[in-house]
Amino acid sequence: MRKSLFAAFALVMLYGCSSQETKDEGKAGVEERAPTAAQPARPPASTQPVQPSQVRVNPLKDPKNILSKRSVFFDYDTDRIRDEFRPLLQAHAKYLADNAGAKMLIQGNCDERGSREYNLALGQRRAEAVRRMLVLMGARESQIEPVSLGEEKPRCTEQTEACWAQNRRGDLLHSGEF
Amino acid sequence: MRRAIQHLIAACLLLIAGAARGQLTIEITGGGGNQIPIAVLQFAGEAVLPAGMTDIIEADLLRSGRFRMQYAGGVNLLPTEPSQVNFGDWKARNTDAIAIGGVQRLPDGRFEVRFRLLDVPKQTQIAGVAFTLSAAQVRATAHRIADVIYEKLTGERGVFSTRIAYVVKQNNRFELRIADADGQGAQVALASREPIISPSWSPDGTRLAYVSFESKKPVVYVHSLTTGQRHVVANFRGSNSAPAWSPDGKQLAAVLSKEGGSQIYLINADGSNVRRITESASIDTEPFFSADGQFIYFTSDRGGGPQVYRMSAGGGDPARITFDGGYNVSPRLSADGKTLAFVSRRDGRFQLAVMDLASRQMQVLTDTQRDESPSFAPNGTMILYATEVGGRGVLAAVSADGRVKQRLSVQAADVREPAWGPFLEN
Repeated sequence: MRKSLFAAFALVMLYGCSSQETKDEGKAGVEERAPTAAQPARPPASTQPVQPSQVRVNPLKDPKNILSKRSVFFDYDTDRIRDEFRPLLQAHAKYLADNAGAKMLIQGNCDERGSREYNLALGQRRAEAVRRMLVLMGARESQIEPVSLGEEKPRCTEQTEACWAQNRRGDLLHSGEF
Repeated sequence: MRRAIQHLIAACLLLIAGAARGQLTIEITGGGGNQIPIAVLQFAGEAVLPAGMTDIIEADLLRSGRFRMQYAGGVNLLPTEPSQVNFGDWKARNTDAIAIGGVQRLPDGRFEVRFRLLDVPKQTQIAGVAFTLSAAQVRATAHRIADVIYEKLTGERGVFSTRIAYVVKQNNRFELRIADADGQGAQVALASREPIISPSWSPDGTRLAYVSFESKKPVVYVHSLTTGQRHVVANFRGSNSAPAWSPDGKQLAAVLSKEGGSQIYLINADGSNVRRITESASIDTEPFFSADGQFIYFTSDRGGGPQVYRMSAGGGDPARITFDGGYNVSPRLSADGKTLAFVSRRDGRFQLAVMDLASRQMQVLTDTQRDESPSFAPNGTMILYATEVGGRGVLAAVSADGRVKQRLSVQAADVREPAWGPFLEN
């Protein structure tokens, strides 16, 4: 029995080492067909034809575009979406509505105080609140998966209110970013 | 032949893998009353063993808080038989029991250990056991001897041969580790760049269920410790978390959000037959089965703040269990079903508390700020939990009466999410 346990540990070690390492920062990788629709209309005649790939700016990555903003912050112990985040959600909802093939993962997060599993559920509640808002604003239910990271992926690790406020957060990840 | 090869491969891998970096070190931070005075004499011939067996036995007994070690020196000829013991001398040293033994190297390279536990006032033998062991089994054998001593003298089954699981976070690397109950012999069961939480032992100790975030969302896995294989048990749309084994090891309770809110479901251990057992618009999470399988304790905020509730494992109306304070979470039940351990927020501090379920009397066991994830020893005497000391995650254990306290830490790493494993048959 003991020997087989040791063997098991060894196997487990091997398995463990082969587990995928993933990073949080997803690559740009947005679907090619997506950006065209969201692109602001251009005056057609005024420019020479150029390679589309050079012109196309990914609106999700363009720092001047509100779509590049991906976080919604929450007050303590609530999943209420503050008014200041409505324009941001409106833009993402429109993007999803205009791009039927686009998908989104919403990751809810919590500050670190209290039970990890209860916080996971609180983070889920925040992700669901973002999802509901996006659907109200025109996104399709099937495009969005709300999940929770609980308190496990803090953006800030100090034990201060300013820090905790950064961790009470919903993050919006588009196709190719998760 | 195949077995031999398997063992050879296993041995090589172990050499490569080695022990997990950074062992748990245990510090005893509080003692109990009514300790049994005992002397553990060096076993005659013990020096042939690669590790000091009686030192391990003594450390086990001390850690339990139930024994006081009497001075065992000054014995010229180490006794191996009761007839060689000067009982009058031990009585004069106020010793209730002594452990004696002998070690011999066998021709095949293994060892034989003969151990006896003697009652000093009655001048009788309480227990006598012989073990044949390899060099690699010294620690395991010492724990078994400590278990025999503990059981004979306290009337309760010892937990020195059990194991614990916990998660170590170091430099953004997460490791699910399994160690002996004394923190030694740690092995890595899973390493990941993403968090691992909520390990839960199967009742037979061969499998662990846990939550891994390796796919950017919480997914429940069951991981076999005998084969090293693991499989997804719950990876539904939304979050999948908080696995808890049913006492028969056939199914898990887990929390899924596939229908919106976080609700409790039962799932077969192979991932089949998923059915919802809570029906609320609130958060229902942290399920835990009673040992008889009849009830599930869980955390719910259906009454406003999170509190502990109990429901029939088949479903039905839950009854609220905790009322004292606005935040009571992470319920875990002792094996005899009499004591509930949970975390209670009091004046902004999260502290480990117990409730006697018959009297509903609640007792806070710790004076720390950030207690989490309690886990009963299988004999119900100690509760292992995670807390924070000096800004770092450590494990701590406290006796169910609050008198014995220990701290288990790993150098320069965060330790969290402990789970005390079950008794192992042999």
